[in-house]
Amino acid sequence: METTGLRKLFLTFAKIGAFTFGGGWAMISLIEREVVDKYRWMERTEFLDLLAVAQSMPGILAVNISVVVGDKLRGLKGSLAASAGTIMPCFVIILLIAMFLTPELIMNNATLTAIFKGIRPVVVALIIAPVITTARATGLGWRLAWIPAAVALLIWSKLPVVSNPILYIVLGGAAGYLLTRRKELDNMKNKEEKEAER
Amino acid sequence: MIYLRLIWSYLKIGFFGFGGGYAMLALIENEIVTPGWITQQTFTDIVAISQMTPGPIGINSATYIGYVAPQVSSPALASPLWGILGALLCTLVVVLPSFILVRYAGHYIMRHRDSAVIKGIFTGLRPVIIGLIASAALILMNEQNFGSTTPDIIKSVILSAAGLALVLFTKIHPIYIIIGAGIAGLILF
Repeated sequence: METTGLRKLFLTFAKIGAFTFGGGWAMISLIEREVVDKYRWMERTEFLDLLAVAQSMPGILAVNISVVVGDKLRGLKGSLAASAGTIMPCFVIILLIAMFLTPELIMNNATLTAIFKGIRPVVVALIIAPVITTARATGLGWRLAWIPAAVALLIWSKLPVVSNPILYIVLGGAAGYLLTRRKELDNMKNKEEKEAER
Repeated sequence: MIYLRLIWSYLKIGFFGFGGGYAMLALIENEIVTPGWITQQTFTDIVAISQMTPGPIGINSATYIGYVAPQVSSPALASPLWGILGALLCTLVVVLPSFILVRYAGHYIMRHRDSAVIKGIFTGLRPVIIGLIASAALILMNEQNFGSTTPDIIKSVILSAAGLALVLFTKIHPIYIIIGAGIAGLILF
């Protein structure tokens, strides 16, 4: 495989950044198409391995995947070029919107006010939907449903300390870690006992 | 100093932003909206704008909030140049953690990604992430987004329910649902 030009890398990711609406997953399939099918910069299995890494990291998925793909192809410079490409188009577009469509403009213009009054409740619906679909997709049963319910209510409460989402991310990760650790230890103990019985 | 506080907030958002854009909203809400840098209404509008423009919601919100926050914090920072500086800083800072982590911890994750411990951490995170998204939705169900008069609230709830049904039961892209909501708003309000 020939080395990939940095300019090419930047332009490819900029094109993807400029034309994908909805972020994350919509972007992944486009990146896969360009990187694997069109330019053959890497094998599909290699891409899927990188995707697994990008997914297991915090942060913006589309940026993570640009960083790993860029890094794989051209090291540090590659990851800078690819992620700059991903970010650039949306940065420019949102900056222009922020400059011209200010909160005051929306508030003082009757037409814009009406339009946004219609949009806001639907945005809330757009955020409720992934709660339902993610719960279904991850197979969260009723036995564990209290966890997201408690987390949501405590964050919503705005009480000091317990309303900080970071607290629950740390607790969730730590609980998952400790539970698997205990399971591993139990398994080891069982094995030892069986061997002792023999 | 508004810029230092923005940097600190966006570093936290970047480092703990597990579970994608919608889960990140809970963090942004807690770091940016609660201290009063932007209103709930503007926050909802940013989410709507993010859905209608290309790019991830994490970047979009960082750019927009970075631009708006300095001028909200002090009239001395009203010049667009201060806004552009804020937008640039927030956008760079929100991607910095993923840059560092992916580049330097990526190899470690790659080697151990089938290990029970890594899998366990993510199993533990899953119900929390659902809770984070739910909290973002709960917080936004307020007077600023649903109106304060009874007719406004009724119209808003109907719009919200219709939107939810369309997202869950049809394959219509969210952009078209938002455009439809805007048109419905023009007629209803």
